[in-house]
Amino acid sequence: MRVILRRIGFYILTAIVAVTVDFMIPRVIPGNPVNAVLAKSQGQTITPATVHALELQFGAHTSEGLWGQYTHYWSSIASGNLGISTSNGMVPVASVIRGALPWTLGLVGTATVLSFILGTLIGAVVAWRRGTWLDNLLPATTFFQAAPYFFLAFLAIDLFAVKLGWFPAERATSIGDFPAVNWNYISDVLDHAILPALTIVVASAAGWIVGMRNVMITTMDEDYVLLAQAKGLPKQRVIWYAARNAILPSISSFSLAIGFVVSGALLTEIVFSYPGLGSLLLNAVLDSDFPLLQGIFLVITMAVLLANLAADFVYVFLDPRTRQEA
Amino acid sequence: MSIGSGTQLGASQAGEPAALPVPDAPPVRSRRLRLPRSPKVLIGLGLLILFLLLAIIGPWVAPYNPSATLSTTTSFPQAPSAAHLLGTTQQQQDVLSQLLVGGRSTILVSFVAGLVATVLSVIVGVTAGYLSGLADDLLSMLANFFLIMPALPLLIVVFGFLPSSQGSDDVLIGLIIAITGWAWGARVLRAQTLSLRTRDYVQSARLIGERGWRIIGFEVLPNLVPIVASSFLFTVLYGVGTYTALAFLGLVNPNHVSWGGMLFYAQVADAEQAGYWWLFIPPGLAVALLGTSLALINFGIDEFINPRLRAAGLSRRRVRQITGAARATLAPGRFILGLTPVLRSAPADHPNMNGSRATGAARNARRASDGRPL
Repeated sequence: MRVILRRIGFYILTAIVAVTVDFMIPRVIPGNPVNAVLAKSQGQTITPATVHALELQFGAHTSEGLWGQYTHYWSSIASGNLGISTSNGMVPVASVIRGALPWTLGLVGTATVLSFILGTLIGAVVAWRRGTWLDNLLPATTFFQAAPYFFLAFLAIDLFAVKLGWFPAERATSIGDFPAVNWNYISDVLDHAILPALTIVVASAAGWIVGMRNVMITTMDEDYVLLAQAKGLPKQRVIWYAARNAILPSISSFSLAIGFVVSGALLTEIVFSYPGLGSLLLNAVLDSDFPLLQGIFLVITMAVLLANLAADFVYVFLDPRTRQEA
Repeated sequence: MSIGSGTQLGASQAGEPAALPVPDAPPVRSRRLRLPRSPKVLIGLGLLILFLLLAIIGPWVAPYNPSATLSTTTSFPQAPSAAHLLGTTQQQQDVLSQLLVGGRSTILVSFVAGLVATVLSVIVGVTAGYLSGLADDLLSMLANFFLIMPALPLLIVVFGFLPSSQGSDDVLIGLIIAITGWAWGARVLRAQTLSLRTRDYVQSARLIGERGWRIIGFEVLPNLVPIVASSFLFTVLYGVGTYTALAFLGLVNPNHVSWGGMLFYAQVADAEQAGYWWLFIPPGLAVALLGTSLALINFGIDEFINPRLRAAGLSRRRVRQITGAARATLAPGRFILGLTPVLRSAPADHPNMNGSRATGAARNARRASDGRPL
C-alpha cells in the first residue's frame, strides 16, 4: 500500500507541475498573446467581452498579481472551464476537446493495447526459440521502430489506400456519415481506423518485442524455470512461468513507452487527417489559439498520468514483492 | 583498483568470469567498451559512418542548389530522370540535392541533442545514485517528471512560438530537444550507480579517504561507460525522430533544408495520395536507416552488458565454432533451458586475446552445455 500511496503522491505533484507549466504557456510566449489571438481570428465577431475574457485568461492588462491569476486558473480548471477556443468560432475549449478526445482515446488506446500484447507475445516466442531464424526478426522490427510514424503512415496510405484501395486514406468517417448506433456507421468507423491503428501498432510493437525478449532470455535461466522443466511440465506451462515473470519490466517501463506512443499517434493522426487531439493541437499552434492549446496540453498530460497510474496498479497487483514492502 | 570488476556491470549475476588482464595491453583496456563483432553491429557502424560522411561532404557533392527553382515551365513534381536522379519537388527543386544537404542539419541536431542530454543524464543520474537520501529523492523525482511529461506536445508548443530567426539554428534546436530527452538515461544510470556504490572497490576507495568526486570520476564512471554509450545512442535516436517530427509539422523554419522539412513539403504536395513516392521515400528511408544504424549498435552494447544475449543469438554452427566442440550439444533453437552459456569468442575474433583464456572459456561453455538436461 505504501508503494501505491507514494506513487499517487508523485502523480499528484506531477499534475500540479503540469498545470503550472500549462498556466505559464501564454505568459512566457514573446509578444502579447491577446493580440496574437485577435490577429489570427479575423472575420469573426470579437466582442469587448471576449477580449476582456482573453485578457483575464492570459494575464494581460489585469491588475491581478501572478499569484492571483494562478489561483484563478486553478479554480476555473476545477470547475471545468478551460476558456474559449478562438480558432473554432469562440466555442468553449472543453466542448472542442470533448469532440476530439473519443477519437484519440479509441485509436491510441486500442493500438497501444494491441501492440503491447502482440509485442510481448512475439518477444517471448523469439526468446524461447533463440538461435533460430526468428532472431532475424529483431533487426527488421528495429527498422520499423526507427522509422518515423508519419513515414510509415505515408507508406500505408500509398500502398493500402491509393494503390490497393483497400482502406480509406483519411478522416475518421466518410463524408456525410452521421453518428448512429448501427452497423453501417460502426463498420465505417472501423474501416477508417484500421490503417492509422496498424501504423501505430507496427511502429510501437518493436520496443515491446526487444524488451520482452531480452528479459525473457535472462528469466529462462532462473532455477524455477529449470525446475518446472525438470518436473516434466508441459512446454506451454513452462513458457508461461517464464513469461509472466519476464513481463514485469515491460510494465514498469510503461511510462517511457506511453509517451512515445502518444507522440507518435498525434503525428499519425495528422497524416490521416484523423479528427483527434493531434490535428487539433497542430491547428491550435498554427492559429495561436492559446486557450485550446492549454486545454489540449492539459488533457494529454493528465491522460498520460492516469495511464501510468493504471500501469503502477497493475504492477503492484502482479508482483507480490512490491506489496510485501509495506 | 580491481580490473576484474570493470566489465561485469549489472550482468554480473550471469556468472561471467572476471576478465583477466590481457598481457600485451595495458590493464585499463579491459574497462573499455568492446562491442561484439556481430553482423548487426558491423552493419550498424557501417551505416552510421556513411551517414556521418554524408553530413560532412553532402552539401559539397550535391549536384544542385537544394533551394533553387530549376524550372518554371511546370508546377508538378517531376519523376526521377537522368537529370534529376530522385526527381524534383513541387517547387522544382532537386530532391537528391535536398537529401544530400538535409542530412547535415538532421544529424547535427540529433547529435547535439544526444550529447547534451547524455551529459545531463550523467550529472543527474550519477549524482542521485551516489548521494542517495534527500538529494536522490529530489533528482529522481525530477527525472521521473520529465519522463512522464509527454515531450512532443510540449515541444510543439515551444517550437510553435519560437521566433523564426531561431527556428533554423541547429544547435539551439538540439539543446531544446535535449532538455526533454535526458530523463531516461538518468534513471538507468542512477540504478546502475546505486548498485556500484556498494561494491567492494568503491567501499575501499571511500575507506582510504578518496574524495567523492574522485570516486565518481575514477571508480564509478568508467564502469558506466557502456550504459552511457547506450543512452547516448538512444537520445540521438530520439533526437532524429523528434527533430524530423517537428520539421515535418512545419514548426522548424521550412526553408532550412532537412529530411523532416522534405517530408513536410511532401505532405503539402499531397505526395502520398498522388503517388509522388520520390518526395517521401528518400527522406523517410534516410531517417529510418539512420535510426536503424543507431539501434543496431545499441544491440551490440546490450550484448556487451548482458553476455547471455550474446550467446542467445548464436546459431548451432556458430556455437560449435566458438566452443570447438565436435558436436554442439547445446542446440539453440531446440528446446533448451537453464544456464545460457556465456561464450567467449574464439581467438580468431580477438587477436589480442591470449590462448589460455579462450580455451578456458571454451571449457566453461562446454561444461555448461554438457551438464544441462536437454
